[in-house]
Amino acid sequence: MADLLDLSVAAAAAKIAAGEVSAAEYGAAWQAAAAADDLNAYLWTADEGSFAEPDWNGEGESAPAGAGEATPYGSNGPAPADSGPLAGVPIAIKDIFTTQGIPTTAGSKILEGYRPPYTASAVRKLTAAGAQVLGKTNMDEFAMGSSNENSAYGPVRNPWDRGRVPGGSSGGSAAAVAGGLAPAALGTDTGGSIRQPASLCGIVGLKPTYGAISRFGMIAFASSLDQCGPLTRDVTDAALLLGVLEGKDPLDSTSVGLDGGISMPTLESLAGLRFGVPAEIADAALDPGVRAVFEATIARIEELGGAVAEVHLPHAEHGISAYYVIAPAEASSNLARYDGVRYGRRAGGDGDLVEMYEATRSEGFGAEVKRRIMLGTYALSSGYYDAYYGQAQKVRTRIAGDFDAAFEDVDLVVTPTSPSVAFGLGEKTADPLAMYLNDFFTVPMSLAGIPAISIPAGLAAPEGAADGAPRLPVGFQIAAPAFAEQKLLEAAHALEGALGFAAAAGDAAPWKGGAGG
Amino acid sequence: MIDREQVLHVARLARLRLDEAEVETMAGELSGILGHVDRIRGLDLAGVEPTSHVVQLENVLRDDVAWTSLPSAVALASAPEPFEGAFRAPSPQADAD
Repeated sequence: MADLLDLSVAAAAAKIAAGEVSAAEYGAAWQAAAAADDLNAYLWTADEGSFAEPDWNGEGESAPAGAGEATPYGSNGPAPADSGPLAGVPIAIKDIFTTQGIPTTAGSKILEGYRPPYTASAVRKLTAAGAQVLGKTNMDEFAMGSSNENSAYGPVRNPWDRGRVPGGSSGGSAAAVAGGLAPAALGTDTGGSIRQPASLCGIVGLKPTYGAISRFGMIAFASSLDQCGPLTRDVTDAALLLGVLEGKDPLDSTSVGLDGGISMPTLESLAGLRFGVPAEIADAALDPGVRAVFEATIARIEELGGAVAEVHLPHAEHGISAYYVIAPAEASSNLARYDGVRYGRRAGGDGDLVEMYEATRSEGFGAEVKRRIMLGTYALSSGYYDAYYGQAQKVRTRIAGDFDAAFEDVDLVVTPTSPSVAFGLGEKTADPLAMYLNDFFTVPMSLAGIPAISIPAGLAAPEGAADGAPRLPVGFQIAAPAFAEQKLLEAAHALEGALGFAAAAGDAAPWKGGAGG
Repeated sequence: MIDREQVLHVARLARLRLDEAEVETMAGELSGILGHVDRIRGLDLAGVEPTSHVVQLENVLRDDVAWTSLPSAVALASAPEPFEGAFRAPSPQADAD
C-alpha cells in the first residue's frame, strides 16, 4: 500500500489506465490516508459521505450558448471512471470551492454547515477528467492569511514540524500533499496563497496567469487577483492538473484559458533560457539560510546552461502596500454578501435589519477578516479613495510595467518564494504587518497577473535555531510572462531534475513518514 | 493615525459591530498597516493609468434566451429563515410599537 501512495499522480493515472493498478484499491488507500489526518488538514473527507440534499440534479436545465455539455449547475454524478487523464485519482480540494451537497465553509464560521447547490467549474473539470473529490481542505478564513492560523476550525500543522505553520492560505492543501494525505490538491492564490504554503511544505505550487482557470464557484476574496491552481509533489503533476483545469468558461467572463493547452514538460537542459534575478533581492529582508539556498539554486541554473542576468523591479517593494489596499478593498465589497439573509449563519434576536446584519457579521467573521473589511472599507471611503485605492492601482500599473521591461531581456524572473522557512505557530499572530510581509516576493506577480511557480529547492535551518535543529524546506519561485505557462513548466521541470529535492530530503520528507509523526 | 471615531465610522459603513476592546485593537492595527501603506502616497504617479484588472475585459453579450437558474426550493435550502418561497429578514425599521 505504501508504494501505491508513493506514486506521482501522472504515474498512478498511467498505471490505472494500463490496468496495472486498480482504481478502487488506489482510491481506497488514499481515503484511508485522508481519514487518518492528524494535521487538521481536512475539514471534510470523502468517508464522511456527502448529503442527499439539496438533491437537485439540474433536470430540465438549459445550457448557455457555447457551454456545450458544460451546463451551469446540476448533476455531478460519477465521471467516467476508466477514462480521462485523471481517471481514478482522488484530489483534495481547498474548502473555498463550492461542491454540491458537500459542506463548504471557506474556513469561516459564517458558512458553517453550508451545503452549496452547485459545484465549482474547476472541480467539475477535475471530475470530468476522472478524478474524485478526496476531501475539503482547511484554509485561512476566506483565504486571508499566510499561516492558516486564521481558520475558524483551528490551525493546520506543518508535517515537517508540527509546532510550525504550513503557510497559507492554502495551508490544508499544502500540508495534505506534503504529509502524504493526498496525491495532489487544488488551492487558490490571491497574493501567494498557493506558492507560499508550497514553499513552507516542500512541494510544488503553481499560480497560473489570471484568467487561465475559471473562477466560477470559487468563493471570492479579491476578484481581480484570485486564481486557482494545483499543489503537487512534482512539476509534471502540476502540468497534468493545469492541462485539465485551464480553459475559457462561459460562466466566468474573465476566464480566457491557455492557447494550445499544456503538454507534459520534458526539458532537461536550460541552455538558451535567460533567467532574471531582481537586483532588489540584495537588500530585501531574507533569512540567511533562505538566501544561501537561493544562491545555490542560481548556481545550478548556470550549471544547467541557463543564462543569469540582473533585472530591475523598482516598484516591487511597494507591492505589499498596493496589495494590502487593493485586496481588502475588493474583499470588503465581496464579503458584503454575508448578511444572514440568503445562506449561511444568521444571528440577532428581535432587532431590525441592520442589527441583524451587524450581529451576523460580527459573530460570523474572525479577527483577520474583520481587519481586512475595515481596511478595505476605509480605503474606499470618501476622502481617502484617491489617496489609497487610486494610488495603489497606479502602483499596480508600475509593477506590471517593471515585469514587462524585465521580460524584454529575460525569459523568466526568479526570486525566493518566502523570506523564511516555516515559522512557529503563534509566532507572528500578534503583528498583522509582520504576517503580511511573508507575501513580499509573491504579491508582485499577483498584481501583474502573471504565472509563477514555487518548487522546493533545498533545506535550511530556521533563523536563530540551535545547531543541529531539523532543517526545513525552502522554495524557489520562477515567474513568466502572461500565458507562458508551458515555458515556465519546462524550466521548472529541468531545474527540479537537477535539484533532486526529494532525494536530498531523504528520510526527513514527511510523505515517507519520516518527520514529526 | 486612525482614531476611535474613525474606527466606529468605518465599522458602521461595513456593518460590523466592534466591542470596546476590538475598537482599541483595530485602531492600533489599522494605524500600523496604513503607516506602511503610506509609503505609496508619496510616490509621484501623476499621469499613470490605474490598473483595475489585468485581463482586457470586453462587454459580453449573449442571445436573450432563458437559462436555467436555481429552482426556488434549491435556492432556499440554505436560507436561515425561508418563508413561503421567499427569504425572510427582519424589518428595516425597528418595531414601532
